Amino acid sequence: MNNYTGFGRIFFTLVVAMCLRILPWPNAVAAINPDWVLLALIYWTLAIPERVGIFYAWTFGLLVDVLTGRLLGQYALAYSLVIYLCLMLHKRLRQFPLPQQGMFIFFCLLLSQFLLFLIKNLQQPGEFPATFWLPVFTGTLCWPLVFTFLRFVRRSRIFK
Amino acid sequence: MPRDTVIKLLFATGPSINTRLLVAVIASVALLAMDHGSPRLDAVRATLSVFTDSLKYLVDMPSGLINQASDATSTYSTLKKENETLREEQFINKTRLLKFDALEKENIRLRALLENSFKLGEQVLIAELISINMAPFEHIVVVNKGTRFGVHPQQPVLDANGVVGQVFRALPFTAEIMLITDPSHAIPVQVNRNGLLTIAVGSGQLNRLSLPYLPANADIQPGDLLITSGLGGTFPAGYPVAVVDNFNPADSKSFINVTATPKALLDRNRELLIVWGNKAPVQLLKDQTTDIKVPEVNKHE
Repeated sequence: MNNYTGFGRIFFTLVVAMCLRILPWPNAVAAINPDWVLLALIYWTLAIPERVGIFYAWTFGLLVDVLTGRLLGQYALAYSLVIYLCLMLHKRLRQFPLPQQGMFIFFCLLLSQFLLFLIKNLQQPGEFPATFWLPVFTGTLCWPLVFTFLRFVRRSRIFK
Repeated sequence: MPRDTVIKLLFATGPSINTRLLVAVIASVALLAMDHGSPRLDAVRATLSVFTDSLKYLVDMPSGLINQASDATSTYSTLKKENETLREEQFINKTRLLKFDALEKENIRLRALLENSFKLGEQVLIAELISINMAPFEHIVVVNKGTRFGVHPQQPVLDANGVVGQVFRALPFTAEIMLITDPSHAIPVQVNRNGLLTIAVGSGQLNRLSLPYLPANADIQPGDLLITSGLGGTFPAGYPVAVVDNFNPADSKSFINVTATPKALLDRNRELLIVWGNKAPVQLLKDQTTDIKVPEVNKHE
């Protein structure tokens, strides 16, 4: 079976992730809304590391910066570093059972959130509510869902 | 590219991932340094925003459609009722405005007597909210008018009841508006009753402003109306901002903890007014005072 995944399919999933990012959730949900774009990028990096890598991470990071009105380069930096880790470890990660993979995803999301926290604090020191870290947990919980859905997208023959 | 010609690149060509990461990190840090506190990268942002703004409109589409559908399916009687209330309101407002006109002319004459300058009326543009949630901890909303309509940063934004906030960033097709309740927003205000000047700071809650800079002996009471003072130059003077809440008079502290409820319906509005204030006041000459014309509030759209 040919496992080739076209650019269109990857782009489509990332655009959907960006839309999920800005959906008008009620405030309680918005506070825990996970970083869907990063989850999707991690999936594609683990699935096809020879095609999706740091360039994708940086480009989509920049787009998320514009989308959410941040300082330019903030998400680009965080995503690039996380995807670098995924690229380094993708062979091992594929062998891991899901809980162990979840641990790694948790670490990745935490790293990204921590970088954003640092940059935001440098830009404008202020108090952060404890809920700032909640998307890391919800993101980890959503990982099996993202993984299953994106694997379905990658393997299905609907989107040709 | 035909599907069978694609080969998995076992032996990677091009720069190694370490090099790529280095390039990405340097590029990001350069962007961060350049974008921080300066408009140097606004052109880049505006270009990229053409793509992201289309996503914003896409996400907004369902709620827009629901609004339209509810408009289309509302019954004749509800529409008629609404129409009647609106007509009554308009009648009342019109009679009020008649008086306002006379008062404004009187004001100009009085100011001329004092040899003072007079600010002309403001121009407004109606913008509609795009229902998206950009950043959960910031009170920033997005509207569907941008630099293509001449919107620029730091413009005041109002609704029918009071001040909403100011334009924070203007992109070609959208503009981001910071609400007055955002924790990093402050607005110079004045107590309408006695002209006491202070600053209202956002509290992070949509229905609260806090007034942290009031000494314990300040003449302020629950129910006082706060209006914009016009200091600082961003907000034109005289628009209602908030009403002071009940508070405990301070016992021994030197500053009192006063909060206020914004007049604008920050969480319920779909339509906002973006205002162009006239920065340069018109200087009145003594012989001009009798036939000065008060410009009407213009509305494009």
